[in-house]
Amino acid sequence: MGFIDGLRESLGSWISRIFKKKRAKIGLYGPPNAGKTTLANRILRDWTDGGSFGEVSAIPHETRRAMRREGVVINANGSSIELDIVDTPGMATKIDFKEFMAFGLSEAESKKRAKEATEGVIEAIKWLDDLDGVLLVMDSTEDPYTQVNVTVIGNMEARRLPLLIVANKMDLPNASPARIKAAFPQHSMVQISALEGSNIDNLYQAIAAHFG
Amino acid sequence: MREVHMDLISGEKLENMTSMEKIRLILDKVKTGKIVVLESGLTPDEEVRLIEMTMTEIRVDEFSGIEIESYPSRKEGSFLDKIFGRTLKGRMTVIGPANQIHTIEKDKYQISTKVSVGD
Repeated sequence: MGFIDGLRESLGSWISRIFKKKRAKIGLYGPPNAGKTTLANRILRDWTDGGSFGEVSAIPHETRRAMRREGVVINANGSSIELDIVDTPGMATKIDFKEFMAFGLSEAESKKRAKEATEGVIEAIKWLDDLDGVLLVMDSTEDPYTQVNVTVIGNMEARRLPLLIVANKMDLPNASPARIKAAFPQHSMVQISALEGSNIDNLYQAIAAHFG
Repeated sequence: MREVHMDLISGEKLENMTSMEKIRLILDKVKTGKIVVLESGLTPDEEVRLIEMTMTEIRVDEFSGIEIESYPSRKEGSFLDKIFGRTLKGRMTVIGPANQIHTIEKDKYQISTKVSVGD
């Protein structure tokens, strides 16, 4: 039995090497409103029969539960990688319900959203223990030196897991991906617009190279 | 004149504490309105656990969370560090109540914060 298992494993590894097909569970992380779900939905649109991870909204913390999609196969650079993608709620160190009221939500809705958002942050943190790599999505129009970015990067470095920075919203006039690159020069970065799909093929190539 | 209470905690004190003790110490101080400066900071795992615990303690109109600022990690350690599994030490970190401490500017070399005194 051991010999057969060993043979099967060797054969699987050999086939995998021949076709360069790998599998990885990656999480989309970042501060609220960086465009994580927009990117996750685009990946599904480009590489699956459809579906979506969830709604997107201008109100922060729209995603308050981690969503997982298995078996998303991305082909790039002549190789293929099968991804389990986890779209996580936005990470934050503070959540004030009054922030949601400024977007027109009622006090009751805002308090409910704040409560769910705190649970979402905890869920995102828990997922860090169960991933093979992270796509850290940043808003190119914002200051990249946020504690969320620093903490996620520090955790991936400490765990020696691959990290790819996605400088999103490059379609906006005040976007500055160069500022992100200058802040975290030791990590690979791809600038995209998840909303418009700009430069998205470069991201897929980077994903295949990075996590494959 | 209104006052701001700051606690500057030495690296030696932090070295002798467990992760949970550090997190409890920080949250207890910050929840009473104090600003905490850690000389040697927290490890990445401690930072994420601090955020996790903060989320469990957020209460409407009482505590909306923390503002935490530290520097990005230094470059990768040396070859020997990797061989012996030595991790980089944490860097100076400032933590305060989210409704009182606000970051003005931050880069690789400097953190500028503004502290508001409560009513």
